[in-house]
Amino acid sequence: MFSEPKVETSPTVSDEVRKTTCYMCACRCGINVHMKSGKVAYIEGNRDHPVNKGVLCAKGSSGIMQVNAPSRLKSPLKRVGPRGSGAFEEISWEEALEIAGARLGDIRRKNPEKLAFFTGRDQSQSFTSLWAQSFGTPNYAAHGGFCSVNMAAAGIYTMGGAFWEFGQPDWDHTKMFMLFGVAEDHDSNPIKMGLGKLKKRGAKVVGVNPIRTGYNAVADEWVGITPGTDGLFITALIHELMKAGKIDLHYLAQYTNAPVLLNSDANSPEFGLFLRDSDQKPLVIDRNSGKLVAFDTKGIRPDLNGQHKIGGTTHTTVFHKMAETYLAPEHDAENVAERCGVPVKTIRRLAAELAHVAFEQEISLPIKWTDFRGEQHETMTGRPVSFHAMRGISAHANGFQTCRALHILQIILGTVEVPGGFRFKPPYPKSAEIHPKPHCGVTPDAPLDGPHLGFVHGPEDLALKPDGTPARIDKAFTWENPMSSHGLMHMVISNAHAGDPYKIDTLFLYMANMAWNSSMNSKGVMEMLTDKDENGDYVIPNIIYSDAYASEMVAYADLVLPDTTYLERHDCISLLDRPICEADAAADAIRWPVIEPDRDVRGFQSVLCDLGARLGLPNFTNEDGSAKYKDYADYIVNHQRKPGIGPLAGFRGDGQERGRGGVNPEQLDRYIENGGFFVEHIEKEASYYKPWNMAYQDWAVGMGLFDAPSPYLFQLYVEPMRKFQLAAEGHGERQPPEHLRERIKDKLAPLPVWQASVDESFPIHALTQRPMAMYHSWGSQNAWLRQIHGVNPLYVPTRIWEAHRFQEGDWARVTSPHGEITVPVAHQAALNNNTVWTWNAIGKRKGTWGLDEKAPEATKGFLLNHLIHELMPPKGDGLRWANSDPVTGQAAWFDLRVAIEKTSAPEVSKPNFDTIKSPIEPAAKDLAWKVGS
Amino acid sequence: MTSLGTESKVQLGLVIDLDTCVGCHACVIACKGWNTENYGTALSDMDAYGEKPSGTFLNRVHSYEVQPDTGAAQTVHFPKSCLHCTDAPCVTVCPTGASYKRAEDGIVLVNEDACMGCGLCAWACPYGARELDKAAGVMKKCTLCVDRIYNENLPEEDREPACVRTCPAGARHFGDLADEDSAVSKLVSERGGMDLMPELGTRPVNKYLPPRPKDTGEEIDILAPLLAPVATEASGFLGWLDRTLEKI
Repeated sequence: MFSEPKVETSPTVSDEVRKTTCYMCACRCGINVHMKSGKVAYIEGNRDHPVNKGVLCAKGSSGIMQVNAPSRLKSPLKRVGPRGSGAFEEISWEEALEIAGARLGDIRRKNPEKLAFFTGRDQSQSFTSLWAQSFGTPNYAAHGGFCSVNMAAAGIYTMGGAFWEFGQPDWDHTKMFMLFGVAEDHDSNPIKMGLGKLKKRGAKVVGVNPIRTGYNAVADEWVGITPGTDGLFITALIHELMKAGKIDLHYLAQYTNAPVLLNSDANSPEFGLFLRDSDQKPLVIDRNSGKLVAFDTKGIRPDLNGQHKIGGTTHTTVFHKMAETYLAPEHDAENVAERCGVPVKTIRRLAAELAHVAFEQEISLPIKWTDFRGEQHETMTGRPVSFHAMRGISAHANGFQTCRALHILQIILGTVEVPGGFRFKPPYPKSAEIHPKPHCGVTPDAPLDGPHLGFVHGPEDLALKPDGTPARIDKAFTWENPMSSHGLMHMVISNAHAGDPYKIDTLFLYMANMAWNSSMNSKGVMEMLTDKDENGDYVIPNIIYSDAYASEMVAYADLVLPDTTYLERHDCISLLDRPICEADAAADAIRWPVIEPDRDVRGFQSVLCDLGARLGLPNFTNEDGSAKYKDYADYIVNHQRKPGIGPLAGFRGDGQERGRGGVNPEQLDRYIENGGFFVEHIEKEASYYKPWNMAYQDWAVGMGLFDAPSPYLFQLYVEPMRKFQLAAEGHGERQPPEHLRERIKDKLAPLPVWQASVDESFPIHALTQRPMAMYHSWGSQNAWLRQIHGVNPLYVPTRIWEAHRFQEGDWARVTSPHGEITVPVAHQAALNNNTVWTWNAIGKRKGTWGLDEKAPEATKGFLLNHLIHELMPPKGDGLRWANSDPVTGQAAWFDLRVAIEKTSAPEVSKPNFDTIKSPIEPAAKDLAWKVGS
Repeated sequence: MTSLGTESKVQLGLVIDLDTCVGCHACVIACKGWNTENYGTALSDMDAYGEKPSGTFLNRVHSYEVQPDTGAAQTVHFPKSCLHCTDAPCVTVCPTGASYKRAEDGIVLVNEDACMGCGLCAWACPYGARELDKAAGVMKKCTLCVDRIYNENLPEEDREPACVRTCPAGARHFGDLADEDSAVSKLVSERGGMDLMPELGTRPVNKYLPPRPKDTGEEIDILAPLLAPVATEASGFLGWLDRTLEKI
């Protein structure tokens, strides 16, 4: 007779649970790290955490394979062979810091702009920027310029916040959700959790994306749009809705600049600018009194169709201009359908569905609130349509205007900051006008004259030298891309190599794999990094790089500063930076060393504290010359941006103060006791209508998000863009160079309209996206994740698959105006019929990331980056035209067009590069991972 | 041969919602993490950083394309692990009695001490839900986290399989499918939950909720009046605007 064995159903799970913040992607979920005998045994989501509420994605759950990855760097490295060879010797931290300190000190004393300090997937930008500002170089930014600055900048200029960290759909109330161009891993767990809620309620999900995978696979309706035409599709929806009068006139009149009066005299130097009073407040006509009044006057009903004459100059409203613009027949569904690859009837039906849900399924929450004009409201009205979008629509040269158009669509439907619509997360909403402006004033041996990055409001704010040339190495905030709020990291190496606008001495990079998947034209970048001048010296003289892993970029550094993994370090996820707030709460978090490094590595931010003290930088040095912060943890607790405001908002002062409060030496302990995070909920009456809701404004001031209530209008019409156009038309003192005049007139339209952004000589669109289970190149070293995504074929739609008679196992030669690659192909039917795509950053260079040379990532994997140049093809004018959005400088990754042909299978994908000598030991072959017995 | 014994009054299992699963593999890795550290030997990874990495997983997500008669192709993500069949062929085929279905809750388990790694059970399982661990030489399969669901060292809310606890979209549900009043049974009933390959007679306990119909927008006919134009050009539109604003 069979008897069941006894199963131990209550084994000890762990000795201890340490709660910290994940860093397997940018999401920053809370994690419970289960420890056994001081080692990491198991990682799961933290149920109490505001971001993930217990769930955790594949990346997060595989963190154990990341912190134990064989690719981890072990020690500081000094280059001993030619750049790019991977030949290094291990040196001590003291020697490394002396080398770096001496070189950087020399630069700072002579000309601080010779240092270009750029960080990649950095989550400490408020800290790294303070360091760069204290150093005095104007050349600092993080990765936003090659990521999604269009999304951020378009959102902030239009409505004081954007998607991703800035806001979220009202998952609990929305009834129709449209998702545009979101890479599968973006806002990873929150979007999946939100979609789960919508699915449970039976709300409709519409996915607008050329590729039907991931979120688009579960969408109730898929719109397989042609890449780069989202703006055209969106303006057609705007056209159809306006034409039918299905717009929220009350919302537009009360909360946006639609009723603001514009100078309508084409001959005026102020043509297209707002009519303002002596306090510079934009003016509207009040329908109650018929009078011209400031937009924020108490009790007014701003007139969307107001008119006002001063002298001979007529002023009509922004809304009038919108009607002229969007009712034009070019925006009719009939005239865009073919180009978008979306049938006319689908465009019109979606417009009708939006109207139906927004206006016939209106919701009302019984919450009283008071607006900034003093008007009291008994309820909060909601239009339960919501939108979300990300890099898919922003990484085009027309991306800024496309993102703007999407916000216009949301706003005319009255769905932003209302129940069921899109909601901001603190510290947003925040008008572009209360953000800093960019600074570029350089003085040897002194800090920069202010923060590097910010929001320009006209030509006077550009980062130009007195002679009109770009002040920054990446040419951010210049006439080439005036509103480049995140800089242009993708242009730094190219510009430094070309000496355009000037030469630099030291390129200092953190967590940015610029010699591989984070650059356009990766092969060209490798050549620039190794290129020598006529004297035999490197054109870019000195490169310092910090990374935790043996990435492709490591081989191109002269000095490598090895970083820790995310479980071995302090970090703060700060409200001063990229916060983790929810729409109903402000929140921030820490990382802390749940394990100690077993190698000679140091957290990069702690290294910057040390280096800052060695260089005598203000903010990093005490009056007696000693180091101000012993490490990053010390900075997190003791730094104050202004009195009472520090990197962390929680447990300040005596431990009870939140937002504002003095330094609490025990702050990190309080965070650890609280599960690694801090959360402060927003009271109910402040929960929606935040830009105009005085309860929210007062709460935000109390939390230290800003210093005085700062309500504002949504900027359907972005006046700063018109100011750049006016300059291009010849008005004002600061004038663009002649070769950019027409482009500025054309591209900086203050109301967004779509323009083609691609060279159409190659027939097929080519895209990349990141999978849900892999983050950039980090996943490749992860023994578990690489079994899910170890190969990245080029996915080909049925039309092209059949036309070329492709078969399973075939390879294709793919060409673009810039180059060619030879890669494996696979068929995908659920794909726009003129688009091919692949997973981003699966392909690896041989010898990197601790992988065997025969790893499929290095033999069959590939990058589309080789087909994308950082410059547009030469125009014969001798100028270098960046492959970027002319408004913001956003890298136009997704404007890529290619041709494809079948070819015989090579041994490895092409281009194929020499093996890099690895600075780390070969990995163990087999794993049977168990920490406990 | 091993007997299945008396049919259990409790049949614990999973309900997996194919309408909601986004194919993120969170369940795959949470399972790998928990089960490499817990029940039985580790789940090994051979050639972990090499040419042909091959690891043991108790749960995998497969993605399929579906081409409906009309309309666009669709993508379906399909997580698959042991279905804890009521008539489990993997159990009856086991020559040593290592594979068994628990009397108290219906979970199909492998007693690793008795498993000789012959692989007959994997051959007998029509779903490909068992994997022979190459390092340990024993058969591995979903345990339904038997060492979590009753674990008194875990908070009560965490006493569910690792894959269910971690699923970001909430596409995985755990419970007693023999109890008609359980939340999972109700979900199966409301959403038309299905057996995988019922014709094989394995009587799986796990159920799949089918994807809802997609791309049905063109069937909506109540919407046309919503787009009746108020005007066709800007001047007429502004006239409409004035008339409308009077009414607000």
